[in-house]
Amino acid sequence: MTFEYAPALEPRAIVTIKPKYGHFINGSFVSGKRHFPTINPATEEILSHLSLGSASDIDKAVAAAQKAYTKTWSKLSGKERGKYLYRIARILQERAREFAVLETLDNGKPIRETRDIDIPLVAAHFFYHAGWADKLDYAGLGHSPQPYGVAGQIIPWNFPLLMLAWKVAPALATGNTVVLKPAETTSLTALLFAEVCQQAELPDGVVNIVTGDGSTGATLVNHPGVHKIAFTGSTEVGKKIARAIAATDKKATLELGGKGANIVFDDAPVDEAVEGIVNGIFFNQGHVCCAGSRLILQESIAEEIIEKLKVRMAKIRVGDPLDKNTDLGAINSREQLTKIQELAAIGDAEGAQRWSPQCNLSDKGYWFAPTIFTGVTQAHRIAQEEIFGPVLSVLTFRTPQEGIDKANNTPFGLSAGIWSEKGSRTLWASQQLRAGVIWANTFNKFDPTSPFGGYKESGWGREGGKHGLAAYLKTGRESGGK
Amino acid sequence: MVATNRIEVKKTYKLFINGAFPRSESGRVFEVHSKKGEFIANPCLASRKDLRDSVTAARAAQHGWAKATAYNRGQILYRIAEMLEGRAEQCAAEISTTTAITPLKAQSMVSEAIDRWVWYAGWSDKLSAVTGATNPVAGPYYNFTIPEPLGVVVVTASDSFIDFIDAIAAAVVSGNSVIALVDGGLSVPAMTFAEVLATSDLPAGVINILTGSLDELAPWAASHMDVDGFDISAISKKKRAELKVAGAENLKRIYIADGKLTPSRILAFMEQKTVWHTIGV
Repeated sequence: MTFEYAPALEPRAIVTIKPKYGHFINGSFVSGKRHFPTINPATEEILSHLSLGSASDIDKAVAAAQKAYTKTWSKLSGKERGKYLYRIARILQERAREFAVLETLDNGKPIRETRDIDIPLVAAHFFYHAGWADKLDYAGLGHSPQPYGVAGQIIPWNFPLLMLAWKVAPALATGNTVVLKPAETTSLTALLFAEVCQQAELPDGVVNIVTGDGSTGATLVNHPGVHKIAFTGSTEVGKKIARAIAATDKKATLELGGKGANIVFDDAPVDEAVEGIVNGIFFNQGHVCCAGSRLILQESIAEEIIEKLKVRMAKIRVGDPLDKNTDLGAINSREQLTKIQELAAIGDAEGAQRWSPQCNLSDKGYWFAPTIFTGVTQAHRIAQEEIFGPVLSVLTFRTPQEGIDKANNTPFGLSAGIWSEKGSRTLWASQQLRAGVIWANTFNKFDPTSPFGGYKESGWGREGGKHGLAAYLKTGRESGGK
Repeated sequence: MVATNRIEVKKTYKLFINGAFPRSESGRVFEVHSKKGEFIANPCLASRKDLRDSVTAARAAQHGWAKATAYNRGQILYRIAEMLEGRAEQCAAEISTTTAITPLKAQSMVSEAIDRWVWYAGWSDKLSAVTGATNPVAGPYYNFTIPEPLGVVVVTASDSFIDFIDAIAAAVVSGNSVIALVDGGLSVPAMTFAEVLATSDLPAGVINILTGSLDELAPWAASHMDVDGFDISAISKKKRAELKVAGAENLKRIYIADGKLTPSRILAFMEQKTVWHTIGV
């Protein structure tokens, strides 16, 4: 006998969405000239209309950030800056449920994730960085390291508020001011964050938020008043940014794509590994730059793992993101759904075997069932290209070195997972893997104290931890070698 | 019996690739003159193929160099200082002959260069202690961050022997393999320095030196997809942008030194790796 879950919907009454939003510039909301709709990807319902940031909006925002930097923010002591960040962290905790529901509505990710992962990490990120503001002399960057000035920050749609926190918290803690461009499809929590800045009485212009599309972001990158770029998004756009700033003195941190390998050795704890594989690729619909999108199994245990994985995948609940029982929510946009469908079709065409559990997907909204491809080779596009969806490519290996070589065989180097009960093997594998974040017997764990960022074409620099501060500070005076 | 007007045996200047001294495959050379205008040497004018060969050698050597213990790498760098001490007079004489630098100044430059090797040698086994971290994550995980070498790094040098040494030493100490591109009169002492390397127990291919034209070689290095890092400190300001644009194709780590002797230049060609491991019984 089976017990069906009854729906357990999180009420949406806790959020109030305005019909129309402006930009947040110099402490207040300013309407743009043109607007575009933002939708709930689970229902295609139009949630609101956002301002499309123009060159003049960016001008105003950069001017406000510049003025705030010169007049107020750079004159505050680290201690006082820190207190603003602590205030923001506390208000975010107070309003956590409201943010979680709004994020789920706007992004399509399950409420279980926004409530238990995204929003708590957002508050933790501000709390962590608040404490750095008056301790920067001890960050290993020399005495009195200095901020750049105005940071232009561009964030993606997969973790909208969390990416805002990863960008804004270290920028403010280090004494920079900010112009932030949220992703076109997921700006609502950033605009709600603007209200938090108001409640925290953050000085006007320290945080400015301009909504819009790729052209708005490009204008921000190219603005001469911006001294530092922080971008999270695709490798393709990351390279464009690197070229765009080549003739300038602008500094950039880039958190780009990945094709993370989850390597399972023959001595792995099998049930934990299966959970880790599921979390690695199906967390957040696979819209994760560090997702474990390649499963690399030692041949002797491959059959057993795949069998157990299929049993586990059949229990993944795909559906209404506001349902507290939902594991896999909606794909964020029609555009992304099309991209996933196209790459999956290429997987079929190139000869890999596709499998998905039976799912009843809604007619409205954007959905993609959890999917694995077996029989994938290294030459397959689904083993090389980032799909950014709930699609797992499975490869096998015989010797540990072959497993490592396969794991390293992409232009990316963001994340990797190791599953083994043998400490010496795990440490050996962690040394061999060319990736910035390695999870051993776990996957997709994040923490503000833990640096995050990629090797190779997965980007430049780190975010989080002591290392993330370097992205926002010019090295101070050092005593030198004598 | 010593001849009074003995004919000096002059050195043929070649490249330094994979631990050997080949001529440029292109057969090209350029003339170096003394500041009085006398002919000094015909160093090789390295070609694109020479650069590619160097990258192949550097890539092959890198894994073993990175895998060597930090203690071992430190000793080899210290050995370079020892060997350079023995060649100090020769290097100083070449610097003062081929550049505008006075003999006295050239001697102090070489002394400083030797001391720099000692300084960098000591960094090999301190980088992870100074720049790594254990991170107190909110959960049952042991989490640490350690610096690792980037891979293959190309560095540039044009005028100063000390800058040449700094650029190489900063990149190589952490476990990167290096290709140094050298321009003009510096090519002469640079190839004498290659002879120092050849007798320093440094594995073949870990440091390679190409003499020639930075204008010609740098764009090829910038666009090479198997080069991970590029120190463009010796490139003139107006030519840096095009190199950065070319380097964006594989998101090369491109660095310009600030002239201070700090570990920043070493860290510019390192990656920080963060490892999480579960804690439990």
